[in-house]
Parts: sequence; C-alpha cells; structure tokens
Amino acid sequence: MTNGDERIPAAGDVPPRLGRLDALDERPVNLDGFAQRDDEAGLVAFASANDPEPSVALDADGRVVELDGRAAADYDLIDAFIAARGLDPVVAMEANAVDDIAFARLIVDPGTPRAEVVRLAAGATPEKLARVVALLQPVELQMAVAKMRVRRTPSNQAHVTNRLDDPLLLAADAATAVAYGFREVETTVPVNADAPSNALAVLIGSQVGACGALTQCSIEEALELELGLRGLTTYAETVSLYGTEKAFIDGDDTPWSKAFLCSAYASRGLKMRVTSGGGAEALMGAAEGRSMFSLESRCVALARAMGAQGVQNGGIDGASVVGCVPDGMRELLAENLLVMLRDLESCSGNDALVSESDMRRTAHTVPLFLAGSDFLFSGFGSIPRYDNMFGPSNFNAEDLDDYLVLQRDWGVDGGLRPVTEQRMREVRERAAKACLAVYRELGLIAPGDEPTAGFTDDHVGEVVVAAGSKDVTPPDPQAILAASDAIMERQIGILDVVRALFATGFEEEARRVLAMGRARVAGDYLQTAAIFDEQMDCLSKVTDPNDYRGPGTGYEVPAARREEIAAIRQQRSRADLLARHAAGAPPATAGPQPFRLVERGPAQVGADPREVCIGVSPAFATKLWLTMSGLPVGEALAEVMAGIAAEGCTPRVVRVSSTVDLGVIGLTAAELAGSGVGVGLQAKGTALIHRKDQAPLACLELLSIAPLLTAAMYRELGANAGRHAKGLRPAPVRNPYTDQAIEARYHAEVVSLIAVERGESVPGAPPVDLETRR
Amino acid sequence: MTPGVARTPRALSGRPVEEITLEAAVRGDLSPADLRVHPDVLRHQAAVAEEHGNPQLGENLRRAAELTALPDAEVLAVYEALRPGRSTFAGLEAIAARLETADAPLCAALVREAAEVCARRGLLAG
Repeated sequence: MTNGDERIPAAGDVPPRLGRLDALDERPVNLDGFAQRDDEAGLVAFASANDPEPSVALDADGRVVELDGRAAADYDLIDAFIAARGLDPVVAMEANAVDDIAFARLIVDPGTPRAEVVRLAAGATPEKLARVVALLQPVELQMAVAKMRVRRTPSNQAHVTNRLDDPLLLAADAATAVAYGFREVETTVPVNADAPSNALAVLIGSQVGACGALTQCSIEEALELELGLRGLTTYAETVSLYGTEKAFIDGDDTPWSKAFLCSAYASRGLKMRVTSGGGAEALMGAAEGRSMFSLESRCVALARAMGAQGVQNGGIDGASVVGCVPDGMRELLAENLLVMLRDLESCSGNDALVSESDMRRTAHTVPLFLAGSDFLFSGFGSIPRYDNMFGPSNFNAEDLDDYLVLQRDWGVDGGLRPVTEQRMREVRERAAKACLAVYRELGLIAPGDEPTAGFTDDHVGEVVVAAGSKDVTPPDPQAILAASDAIMERQIGILDVVRALFATGFEEEARRVLAMGRARVAGDYLQTAAIFDEQMDCLSKVTDPNDYRGPGTGYEVPAARREEIAAIRQQRSRADLLARHAAGAPPATAGPQPFRLVERGPAQVGADPREVCIGVSPAFATKLWLTMSGLPVGEALAEVMAGIAAEGCTPRVVRVSSTVDLGVIGLTAAELAGSGVGVGLQAKGTALIHRKDQAPLACLELLSIAPLLTAAMYRELGANAGRHAKGLRPAPVRNPYTDQAIEARYHAEVVSLIAVERGESVPGAPPVDLETRR
Repeated sequence: MTPGVARTPRALSGRPVEEITLEAAVRGDLSPADLRVHPDVLRHQAAVAEEHGNPQLGENLRRAAELTALPDAEVLAVYEALRPGRSTFAGLEAIAARLETADAPLCAALVREAAEVCARRGLLAG
C-alpha cells in the first residue's frame, strides 16, 4: 500500500503504532486498491486535462464535418462511424448550443418530458453529453435514471455457470434463477468446447417453472452466433465496444465489423446488445490520456449509431479500475444514464465484485437499485461466488436474502421475489430431470457413460440439494465434451429439444421452449429493452414505455407484486410467535406437570423484613412461556427465587396485571414486600430490582438485554435483591453487552411480545399472590 | 406494431406464426426455416423502431432483413472480412459488389464505407 503522506521515522525513533489504525487496517476495504488520479494513464473518472472541447459542425448537406474538436479528415474510426450516422443532424446544432447546466437540468427536471430529453440528446456529441452528465450530483443521477430508463418495468439478469459445466446443475440453477424472477439468464464456460452443452442445459432449465426467460451463452463470436442460429440461445451481449481506436483494434474489430455483427444477430431473430464500460481502455493502456467517462460516452454514441438496441455498461470488466479513482462509483452510475439518454436499453453492470468491503460493494449498487433500470444487473451471480465463471458478481447467491430484504425495506421492485424451499426443490428437481431426459433422448451421452457423466438418479438428487458444484460428484469432463461435440456435429437445434422434451413427458417445458422459437419469428423482442414476462407478453420501449414525470407517475409496484416482495421467508407474525410459545406451555393432559403458576388471591403488604416480592408480568406463564434467550419463564423465575433464598430471604411471587410497564411491576412488588425490595420480571426476560421509596423508572438494577440473559444472571439478580433487602449495597450484575445488531434481531419479536402482554393486562386489577407448582 | 395495420408474421419458410405449434413440432412438420425470422418481419420491426424515434435501430434491422437470404457461412465470412487487417480495399469492394447482387444494398454500403475509412486509417491488409 502506498500513502503519500506517510513519513518514514528515523531508526530507533519509531513511535508505537496507533491502535485505531491497526484496527482500521484490518477492515476489508483496505484490501481494495486505490489510485491517485493520473490523467496520462486514463486513471481519471471525469474531465481529464486531455478531453477535447465539445464541438460540432455540419456542411450544407447536413453531414457532420467536425466532431468534438476533430475535422472530418482527422476522424478516427469511432469519430467516423458516429459522424456518419450517430447524430441527428436536425438537432445537432441546437443540442450543442444549449448551456451545459441548462441541459443537465432538463435531464433531471420531472416536468420536462423524457421524449424532449431524448430528442435533444440525439443531437449531442459524445463530449457534450459527457460534460452535461458529469454535472449531475448522485441524487440527480438517480432522478435522471428513474425518468430516462427506457422500459417502465424494471428487470434483472442472472449469471448461471459452474466450475464443472455440469449440465444437470446448470439446468437446476437456471430454473432456480427463473424462480427468483430473473428474466435473462447468461451462462459461459470454464472449458470453451463445453459451450453447446451449457447453452442447451440452461435453455432447458430456464423454461422450467415459468416461460419466457431469455438465455445467452457468452463465448467466442462465431460459436455464440451459431448457438443462437440453432435456437439454443435467444440473445447475445458480448459484442464489445471501446472508446479509442487503438483499444478497438486491439479488440480485433472495427465499428463496421461490429455493426455488421449486430445485423447478423438480428437477421436470425436474436436479441442483441453491445458491451462497453469505463476502465477498459485504461486497462489496455490505450486511453489516450482521456477520462473514462469521455471515452464511455463515445462507446454509447457508437452503440446508438450502429443500431444496437442496448448497451451493457457500468464498468463491467473494468469496474474495479473505475472504482479505484476519485468519483469512480458516480462515474459507473453515470455510464448507465448515458445509455438511457441515447434511448437504449441499459443492462446496468453491477456484475463484477468491486470491493472486498460489503459496505462499499453495496453502496455501489444501491443508488441504481433504488432508481430502477431495464436490467439492474448485467449478471447477478445467482450461483455461489466460486461457481461464477465470469468471476464473482457484485451480488451473488450468498446475497440473495440481503437483496430480497433490500427490496422489502425500500418497497422497490428489484426484479426478484422470495422462493419457498418447496418451490425451489420442485423446480431444481424438474429441471435436472428434464435435462437428463433430453440428453438421454437425444443420445448425447453414451449409455455406458451415464454413471461417470452424472446422468443418474443419484446425481439428480445431489444436484437438487447442492448449494454449488462443490456439493456434487464431478461428472466426467470427457462426457460433457462428447455431448457438446454431438450437439455440434448432429446440428441439434431447438426443434430437437422441443421433441425430446415432449417425448420424455415434459410437455409444458416443450411448449415453452417452442414459444421462444416462435418469439423470434414474431420479432417483437428485437425492439429496445424487450423482455418477456411470465405470460409471454413482450415488454419493451414500444409496449411498456417509461412514463415517469414525477411523483404519482411511472412504474409503481403493483399491489400483488408489493405483497410478493414483502413476503420474505424470514417474516413472522404474532400468530407464529404464540404458536412457538404455546409449544413451551404445560400440556393440558394429565401426567407429570412442569412449571405453572396458580393464583392464591389478592396480595397484601407483607410484614417479614426479609421478604422479597417478585412481580411477574400479565402474560408471564399464561400466554408466554419462553424468555427471549430461550429460557423457559419458569426457570428464570426459579433462579431469581433461589438467589433470594440463598441470601436468607424469603421470595414471594405476585402477578401485576394492571400494567405492562416493568418499572411499575417491580415497584408494585417492592411496595408489597415486607423488606420494601422487589424484583420485576417480564415474560420476555427483562428483569429489575426495585425499592418502594424509588420513582418507577429509578430502579436499583436492570438487566435489559433479555436475549443474552442466562440462568446464572437471574440467580445473581435474585441474590442482589436479597442483599438490598438486608440493607447491603451489592455490586450490580453486569449487563451482557454485545457488538451485534441485537435490536435488529429481536425488536420485531419484542413488538409482538409486548402486544401479547398488553392483551393480557387488566387496567386497575389488583396484584394477586401466586404459588409456583412444578 | 404499426397502428391500424393487421399483421400476421410469417417465418422465413412462409409458415404463419400461429402454425408453429407443439403439435406440428411433434409431428415433425416443422423445419429450422419455420423458426427463422422473415425479412418482412424485420422490415416491419424497422418501421416500428423508426416510428419510435430510433432510425439507427431501423437501419440495423433493414440490414438484417437483407442478410436473411445469406447462408450463415457467408454472413460470418463478411464479418471476418470487416475485421482489422483482414481485407484489401479491392477485397472489400468485391464483397460489396457481391452483396449488391444479393439484394443487400445497405450492407454493401456499410462495407464500402468501412473500406474507405479503414484505408485512410491504415487498417487494410497488404
């Protein structure tokens, strides 16, 4: 690590390291690399000293003859392509004459229609748009994204891969991703030649449980196109663009070859988007000293010029390069906005782990998540980090519950939904079985190879319960290669898959796979930002345009979807709580009776100076039977009583039903006790010592952290109550402190517990004596 | 969809989309050409894109319509020829001429434009 400010002290003069810094050094964020701004190397997010001034000039025929400081004769490949077809000549002069701040305000202002911003942006040169968007503060970027994204309904994409290219596991994981709500599923390979098998397995799995998820296999261009032609995939997104000519050439393409590829995909009815993203040029040593954002704006303008319907950006492979410079995370979000301003589908990155710090990587994703995007992730790692053959995504299978909770916290539609264990088991099993059946039916695995290839019922069973590929017996890699070869040699295509699914009893899946083929004949999903919902309705710029114009407009989470988002599997009701407590109650039938309390009539003030009263709460051992630490309430009470007795005092138990306030319960007990000292004990386990001359809230001792209280602490509290009764001044029992989010864990339960206590309380009811029975 | 214009998409084979059914697939009545997009569908989608303010997407889809008639191998060969350093100016001109005769004038224009710019930037073979 380098730190420009660190002074190297002379030998023998080393002051002790500060503990504060030692502790900070251990934090995960300090595993991340951070670079000082370096304009020459392109390590600068916005506004490099080498970025050109925006400019545009048209000739008499409306041709763009000057673009961002370059005359036509000096255009590089990218300038030339953008100048030829990227800018709307009708708007170019107007757009570039608008003051930067005025333009920026139009983008954010909800009162300016999206269409007006799109119209103007279509004439803005790359550098003009970069300068304008660079003016936006983070919260303004969010406003702009909410308004400018193309599709009204947000959506999400998953990565589905594994280290083994295990087809059954791929199918099960694809089905799981679709069950969670992902509408695009992207796979790739650790072993290139496995691609056909992976594409087939993911196609089958993606249509289990719901129809319409698009699938992709990211692989070398020619093979990716071929798999698409056969109908084994339905979209592509790995057509990479770069912001400098040198990087483009190093990527072995030109804007014309890429534009032709776009048309080639469309000619076979395949949805396609291009990929760019800041930091790539700097990584390739080809940034020409320009800022990441300036170059990305060229990529996005180029994407529009080529006629691509969408762009995957927001860092992508270079996300961590962008993240290492000042303003990097803002740059990544601003990249997504550039795409939306060009009226293209945004597939918004968040697909590379940008930090070892959970806090930092979450902070990268959350602003976009709140604002909404066509695809919030261009690959949420729906499988465990280690199985992601693209490298870990910024969010992964390990984070799915966090993500679902974030949706619920903010009432935001992040495209996903909770999945019950039963549902997940069903779709995983059906997908694995369907995949096995199709490979068998198509003869992709030689019968003799089935055991080693993992095409067995045992392997299906392993796959269903597996968290990832480390939990399954690795299939023989040769068998998967052989299956892939067979798919290619025998020209297996979508119709073969449909027939095989049908022949093996997977009629519904056969119908859905065929529907994906029919969709490409109809062509509606070639429009911008198209997805299929689970009714096979095509949602796109044409059919589901974003109409955000401020509060009360745009996408609002539908009521049914709101319920779905709320219903996370960890959610508990008061009925759930009571059921749990009822399980701890004494059985109604005869037999050995555990602890219970029996009422003995109205409580009177005692005369014995060694008497200590224990006041219990209204629901104590009537409705509630467990403290928050899981201790039976009878045990907590018995410990307090034993502690009192151990000091030579006499415990007496009373119920205070008139209140749920533990201070008053304890004080009431103290007033009844011959010693004037009482203990208050709530069913949830909170306990205190009170004396009759104190104010209700001024108790002598309080054990407040109920979830962490132990039997020994209750005994010690009882003993201290006895000591107070004897006029001693004991050392208070220490509360068990913790650095955990104890309140987050228990407060939801506390609300239910107090509600139950409240329900059992009877205002004005006199305290009654209780007898404990075991 | 274009307002007021009824549309029954047909596959490249000419088969109407509603005949692409599971029953037909299982009977073996469908061929790969029944699941390929027809150039008219692409031109229709191009018109929709243009009506919705994206002429570039429209142009891409019109180029795509032209390419439906070309075999996969030829499409891939043109792509390969357009990559840096693969072709001479004359080679690209020959491809453009061939595309023109194959009723693909937009694609031909794209290839000619590439040849010109790549020549100026020194990115041609030879």
